[in-house]
Amino acid sequence: MTERPDKILLLGDQAIALGAIDAGLSGVYAYPGTPSTEITEFIQEYPLAKERNIFSRWCTNEKTAMEAALGMSYMGKRALVCMKHVGLNVAADAFVNSAITGVNGGLIVLVADDPSMHSSQNEQDSRFYGKFAMIPILEPSSQQEAYDMVRYGYELSEKLRLPLLMRVTTRMAHSRAVVKVLPVSEIAEQNSMNNNARAADFILLPANARRRNNELVAQQPELEKIAEESRFNKYINDNGKAERGIIACGIAWNYLNEYLASDSTLPRIKISQYPLPKKLICDLASKCKEILVIEEGQPFVEEQIKGILPSECKISGKLSGLLPRTGELTPDAVAAALGVTVEQPYGKSEIVVPRPPALCQGCGHRDVYNALNEIIKEFPGAKVFGDIGCYTLGALPPFRAIDSCVDMGASITMAKGAADAGLFPAIAIIGDSTFTHSGMTGLLDAVNCNSTITVIISDNLTTAMTGGQDSAGTNKFEAICKGIGVHPEHLRVVVPLAKNMEEIKQILREEINYKGTSVIIPRRECIQTFNRKRRKEKKS
Amino acid sequence: MKKSDIILAGVGGQGILSIAAIIGEAALAENLYIKQAEVHGMSQRGGDVQSNLRISDTPINSDLISLGGADYILSLEPMEALRYLPYLDREGWIITSSSPFVNIPNYPDADALKGELHKMKNVISIDVEGLAKEHNLPKSANVILLGAAAKVLDMVKYADLEKSVRRIFSAKGEEIVNMNLKALSIGYNTANQK
Repeated sequence: MTERPDKILLLGDQAIALGAIDAGLSGVYAYPGTPSTEITEFIQEYPLAKERNIFSRWCTNEKTAMEAALGMSYMGKRALVCMKHVGLNVAADAFVNSAITGVNGGLIVLVADDPSMHSSQNEQDSRFYGKFAMIPILEPSSQQEAYDMVRYGYELSEKLRLPLLMRVTTRMAHSRAVVKVLPVSEIAEQNSMNNNARAADFILLPANARRRNNELVAQQPELEKIAEESRFNKYINDNGKAERGIIACGIAWNYLNEYLASDSTLPRIKISQYPLPKKLICDLASKCKEILVIEEGQPFVEEQIKGILPSECKISGKLSGLLPRTGELTPDAVAAALGVTVEQPYGKSEIVVPRPPALCQGCGHRDVYNALNEIIKEFPGAKVFGDIGCYTLGALPPFRAIDSCVDMGASITMAKGAADAGLFPAIAIIGDSTFTHSGMTGLLDAVNCNSTITVIISDNLTTAMTGGQDSAGTNKFEAICKGIGVHPEHLRVVVPLAKNMEEIKQILREEINYKGTSVIIPRRECIQTFNRKRRKEKKS
Repeated sequence: MKKSDIILAGVGGQGILSIAAIIGEAALAENLYIKQAEVHGMSQRGGDVQSNLRISDTPINSDLISLGGADYILSLEPMEALRYLPYLDREGWIITSSSPFVNIPNYPDADALKGELHKMKNVISIDVEGLAKEHNLPKSANVILLGAAAKVLDMVKYADLEKSVRRIFSAKGEEIVNMNLKALSIGYNTANQK
């Protein structure tokens, strides 16, 4: 790579990706998940990443991603793991234990939270996981800081020999701004492979794990001191007393500044690195009667400082009700908490109705649901356990075809549990990518018990919801199901098209009536990826 | 300090992000600051989508536009234009496509919708879909709308947008560049004739 502009317009996600490449990244490991997907996609397409052969292929799920990244770090190289907030639940075992093993090459775990649940099932705040694992957390307030932080993060990770959690939220992930990037000459070289990992640290037998746990606990004062001195945390005050001081975390700092004069001396702390910089907070408290905590997500800081500060200091925020407890933090909510009145000349228009997302016209999932809804009429009391993906939209009209959607893979296991309870018929519908992510083990449970459930793996040959990434099991589903032990006669493949409706219905009827575990695979390429490929072919 | 806060609205797949990219590129060429919050993920499947585009000659703090703070709503769909009224400044402009995108059973009555829209003070409503068909530019309805907006956009001028279209589409060949320049001018001229 010879040259590039020094200022680039980047999504927050892309700033993180470029920051990692420029910091000498050797591999990114991820399963697609909104709002984190664009990080890995950027690395997959970036010329220098290709030139350097940076590993960037999608993983089967967040746990395999986390473990592979730890393996790369074990060999001394810098690795990045990216996931959405609920993905960290899947990776949690490996994630928490990676703090006990520690790292060799720098390791950053990037988690993108989705408050307001634009594309998610809950609003969990990943900072709790960082604290739980007792590792430093970085929370950028701007795209520039996101870029800068990654290099800082890798250096810190290697210095402390600990993984770092970097937390962003939807607005940071999916908002563009101009980022000043390093000149090409300052892009870091990749680490070479080494055997400097402390071998015993990675063998978490109780004796080693106990020692490592003590060491990790002993590191905590150092982590706190680093946070207090971090260039990403700021303490602004004029040493005078004030009625109210403010703590703003990550992106909340921007919303606060939206309503402050640029020379405002209102005492305030910006937090972009944790553990909490207690000294700064205690100093702020000594100057104010009240502290307002502005943070996006759950009241992570607000709860903690209640335990740090003397009881006469009033603390307001989400717990006190001054800021909304749920949903995305907005500049409007911050304005209200600050007592700033904003003129809003126009109210909501009465004529506007909601426009929920829907399955695309021409999507194979539509044909699957059309057939399923017809057949279900023959089986009163049937339940259809759904899963996570485009086909979750089958819950909405006109289909109203699924009865549950909980977490990746839960369709099969919930159907099994319901069948154990006596339900008939118990039907599971799961996408191809979700099946390989977390459905295979559940299917093994069902097969081992010969549970009477019918599993529909609606295979569109891609991870569609997040934009059409490769799906780990493509071309392998029959072999996987047979390998797990599904009886070949009860493993059926159909093409979900209107013209095949009668055949699909008949197969559904037969397999629902089978007393055992059956799998039906309706297979037709996602209409979005299909059209994209066709456009590309036209061009060439 | 000068700023333009723009809400771009439409239905997933209509092309609001391309409009944002053209305006953003034009603003950058003028050395202005920009921030642009987008929607990715589930709602892109035919749901309502919006993007907050902020342009300023001084650094921008919030990625999101405040209630009552938008100077412009650019919408590729008339009902979607009205969805963001609480964000519109008293003097703000609505530049919208007049062609409804009906993919829900309870879509409001077309005349009632029109009436509601024309109650607003500053509205430019153009049949961009019709114009796109008429001029054989089926994929450029969004750029026609942007051309119409150029009549009232404050910080980026028509000529800036033209340059920006050239830069953004140059990689796709002269034909695509010219198609988009044509779309831009059709929108601009139509708005100016109103």
